[in-house]
Amino acid sequence: MAHQIIATSRSRTGIPTGRLAVWWVIGSEILIFGGLIASYLLNRFNHGPSWSIEAANTNTFIGACNTFWLLTSSLFVVYAHAASERRDAAKTRMWIWLTIMLGGFFMGFKAYEYTTEIHHGFTLFTSNFWSFYYTATGLHGFHVLCGMVIMAIIAEGDIKKGQNWHRVENIGLYWHFVDIVWIFLFPLMYIAK
Amino acid sequence: MAEVAHAEVGHGDAHDDHHEQSFWSKYVFSTDHKIIGFQYMFTGMAMALIGGYFAYVFRMQLAFPGNSIPFWGTLSPAAYNSLVTNHGTIMIFWVAMPVLIAAMGNFLIPLMIGCDDMVFPRVNRLSYQIFLLSAIVLIISFFVPGGGFGGAWTAYPPLSAKAEYNSTPFGAPLWLIAVTLEIVAFLLGGINFITTTMNARAKGMKMYDIPMIVWMIVIASILFMCSVGPLIAGAVMLLFDQTLGTAFFDAAAGGDPVLWQHLFWFFGHPEVYVVLLPAFGIVGEITCTFARKKLFSYKLILYSTIGLGILSFFVWAHHQFISGVDPRATYLFTTTTLLISIPVAIIMFAYIATLYGGSIRFTTAMLFGLAFTGEFLLGGVTGIWLGSSGVDIYLHDTYFVLAHFHYTFVPIAIIATFAAVYYWFPKMFGRKMNETLGKFHFWGTIIPFNGIFIPLFILGAGGQHRRIYNYQHFPDLAGADMQDMRVFATISLIVMLAFQLVFIANFIISLKKGEKAGKNPWKANTLEWITESPPPHGNFGETMPTVYRGPYEYSVEGREQDYWPQNEKPESEPS
Amino acid sequence: MFDFLDRFMPGILEWLLPRASTYAIEIDVLFDVITILVGFWFFLVLGYFFYLIFRYRHREGQRAEYISGETHKQKQAIEIPHYLILICDVAILVPTFMVWYNIKIDIPPPDEEVRVVSQQWAWTFYHAGADGVLGTDDDIVSINELHLKNNTQYTYHLESLDVMHSFSIPVFRLKQDAIPGRVISGHFKPILTGEWDIQCAEMCGVAHGIMGARVFIETEEEHAAWIAANTPKLSEGEMLAAKDENLPEVKEDQNNG
Ligand code: HEA
Ligand code: HEA
Ligand code: CUA
Ligand SMILES: [Cu+2]
Repeated sequence: MAHQIIATSRSRTGIPTGRLAVWWVIGSEILIFGGLIASYLLNRFNHGPSWSIEAANTNTFIGACNTFWLLTSSLFVVYAHAASERRDAAKTRMWIWLTIMLGGFFMGFKAYEYTTEIHHGFTLFTSNFWSFYYTATGLHGFHVLCGMVIMAIIAEGDIKKGQNWHRVENIGLYWHFVDIVWIFLFPLMYIAK
Repeated sequence: MAEVAHAEVGHGDAHDDHHEQSFWSKYVFSTDHKIIGFQYMFTGMAMALIGGYFAYVFRMQLAFPGNSIPFWGTLSPAAYNSLVTNHGTIMIFWVAMPVLIAAMGNFLIPLMIGCDDMVFPRVNRLSYQIFLLSAIVLIISFFVPGGGFGGAWTAYPPLSAKAEYNSTPFGAPLWLIAVTLEIVAFLLGGINFITTTMNARAKGMKMYDIPMIVWMIVIASILFMCSVGPLIAGAVMLLFDQTLGTAFFDAAAGGDPVLWQHLFWFFGHPEVYVVLLPAFGIVGEITCTFARKKLFSYKLILYSTIGLGILSFFVWAHHQFISGVDPRATYLFTTTTLLISIPVAIIMFAYIATLYGGSIRFTTAMLFGLAFTGEFLLGGVTGIWLGSSGVDIYLHDTYFVLAHFHYTFVPIAIIATFAAVYYWFPKMFGRKMNETLGKFHFWGTIIPFNGIFIPLFILGAGGQHRRIYNYQHFPDLAGADMQDMRVFATISLIVMLAFQLVFIANFIISLKKGEKAGKNPWKANTLEWITESPPPHGNFGETMPTVYRGPYEYSVEGREQDYWPQNEKPESEPS
Repeated sequence: MFDFLDRFMPGILEWLLPRASTYAIEIDVLFDVITILVGFWFFLVLGYFFYLIFRYRHREGQRAEYISGETHKQKQAIEIPHYLILICDVAILVPTFMVWYNIKIDIPPPDEEVRVVSQQWAWTFYHAGADGVLGTDDDIVSINELHLKNNTQYTYHLESLDVMHSFSIPVFRLKQDAIPGRVISGHFKPILTGEWDIQCAEMCGVAHGIMGARVFIETEEEHAAWIAANTPKLSEGEMLAAKDENLPEVKEDQNNG
């Protein structure tokens, strides 16, 4: 039977299935980062002073820049969504690519930051603070990278062909989530000294 | 077809045309939920045989220490630990999870809610592929230099974190990678189960018309998703500790080894309910069908299940009473642990009350279903001894704990699964299994099962600890009467394993020669029984069913038939 | 209270294993209390279950009843037992708290102290020696042998040099995990002379299964003789050297267990 699967077109809750799934993905991701952040906090409370000394070596300026890039990109992705609602392929693609660009800034700054830190001798193994720092920001960076790749695929694979418009909204949700994780990481890793 | 609302939803995921159906595209790379369910089921069964074989080997060592074991040889301490560890891991992650949740969920959810597939068929296929990969990685880990991981399925660091401690430089990371992959597979599968049930139900199927087993699998998937996150984070940290040399769990370098225990058990306890709930669901369906009774207090069961799920997040430290967490915290965890007996008991009582006023037919499926209830009861109540922190000081890590959780796990992963196989086999393959062989298999499984674990309760209460290679090293435990009980348990196990051959034979013979089942051999109400056996691709042919009533309307007064399928139009309503 | 209760209890654990510490009786009584309360429910429920299976087996020409279980009265059939179970839960919780407090939280002032160091795969015990004070020159160090004086209140300090172990003396009903980087203290008071098993109760690697030791509970005279026999030889011997090497840098942890 070469028919379209009915299951995918049903929507008993009224929420499109794709968006529902993204929410569940985000839910489980929150718990992953939540577990990591909770572990970090637990350690930090137990080893307060020594960790503060270590934390003083993170580069708050770059962290702040990265916060700025991500927040701005969140705004852009909202514009992309708005454009997709209007089925305006050119605008949608423009905003998506701008979002990707800001993600690129983020990754670039991150790369610079990692390199300088490693040059100053702060590696994954220096101490537990740094282990957490690299694991948490690394995992987050990985999510940013994934988001960028998916956005590129959506812009070139779907929007260009004028299909699957709803995916812009879904990736937008995901991108907001990645931002919010950073909003938690930034004060924990860069500000609390 | 009336189902074309929300045209913008998920087109890209749905273009899976099945024009040419070669063997590969039909059975290996299929996106059909039934095939994926079978894949999970057969992989799970194969792993069950491995897990059972491991149990045989180490039980032989316990009964006849030092002797050469048939089909293995002599057993070294390192191999013993590795067998125990991987027996536990396999049985939980590669048997109970895939068979109960993934196989049953994949096969049943779309059929029972009246649609043609999962909402994300390709994600579903990916989930199985990752799962298969995880099983392969695990099996590879037995054969690498140093051998398979032997630090217990709980993998407490620092033992699990450093090769110099656990002497398995490759086994330990591979084990951890396998478990993590397995978890990812189930996260993907779980999202599918949840969204499918939320969004793709048949027309007319309201919340309380969903069969209990679907609820149970969905709630189990939600529990899994909500509990496993911290463990994934922990697994990443542990993997870094193992392979890169970080010190997240190394006390000497400022890390905290107890942290892992919290992350693990925060997942570990909800996990036991993750496998329990689908088993409850299976038994609920079977009890209703063969007692010809409406499920007693559907809503009460549903809300108790949700309550059970919530409560299960607040009991984890009952595994750590004596592991150095703040002793005052145990007051809280003892209380929550004892409280959790209430929702479980409500569900069990409701199942038992369902039998009241019934007309019980003792098919093999029903026998296994009833056996689940009876046996799990003992497993459940023994949790109360352990939940009482005072007694747990003595009982922790003894065979009492071991017997407790085998009295829960074996009913869940073995007995309830058998019930499910006997019950849904006609739907899966179009033929019934042989009832005579089935009953033979039933008694040959249940009696030896009790023969294995009742002695282990007594041994545990007598102070025998777990994961001990040879009790002859402990004079207090080396006595002849204790050794006799060990031998008795081992012989029971061999009998039990032997009877599984009956099952396998029955399974294979029935596939080919079993009595033709027809659409609805058990005269059941739920939607999977209104279509052909086995269901065609697309499940229901041209018209999708519409639901008019709940799933358990058996023996309704004033009706000639004692069942009332969910999709049958009420007479009052003109067609 | 526990002594009083014990007279009415079946004494299940004592039947399997003697009681050799003051608090063993508390755990045994608690075990029996739970056995009685939960056992009652277990047999009640199981009995009713079998009764129903028998009573409502399928018979020709008989139809099942239609019972939804949703009416108030029907629900009560399930709810009322649960109020009773709740009461049982409380009846278990109260003695549980008492036992837990007595064993794990309230550490009585010790007559003697002993340091227990676990490592892969041996136990090292530091006895206070003749002067009764730990950490002095006359400490007696022994491997896989713990010598105790009967009827003496002990405090133990438990450490681990590498991975998690667990210090378990079944006849004492005592168990405590050893955690690297922490010193965990607890107490016991032996009341029965004899020789018993000490087991490691936490998976700790290849030889976990044979990481046992023995505890010797001696009368005052025997114990004094043991101290006298061991003190001079050992304090100059290699044992002391071993002891100095073994002193790990650990901090007292608040989280005693
Ligand atoms: C699916 C599996 C499963 C299930 C369902 C359960 C259910 C329960 N478990 Fe179990 N448990 C395990 C699997 C499971 N467990 C495993 C695998 C381990 C060991 C892990 C390891 O260390 O390797 C373990 C270990 C374990 C421990 C730690 C022991 C230790 O290591 O020291 C504890 C302690 O509290 C515990 C308690 C409970 C309780 C209170 C329940 C409750 O949910 C049970 C509730 C049910 C009932 C109570 C029965 C029905 C009620 C009645 C008939 C009414 C009468 C009751 C009363 C009067 C109270 N379990
Ligand atoms: C689902 C979980 C599960 C199941 C089913 C079992 C089943 C069995 N287990 Fe296991 N066990 C664990 C989970 C499980 N176990 C865990 C978690 C541990 C702890 C590990 C650790 O300490 O780290 C453990 C540890 C453990 C020990 C302790 C070892 C030690 O501490 O030294 C022992 C000892 O006797 C034991 C025995 C058995 C036996 C005899 C069975 C028998 O019931 C097995 C019988 C086997 C079969 C009946 C398989 C037959 C299969 C088929 C015929 C295919 C068809 C299958 C399907 C339809 C699904 N187990
Ligand atoms: Cu030391 Cu087990
Ligand atoms: Cu638990």
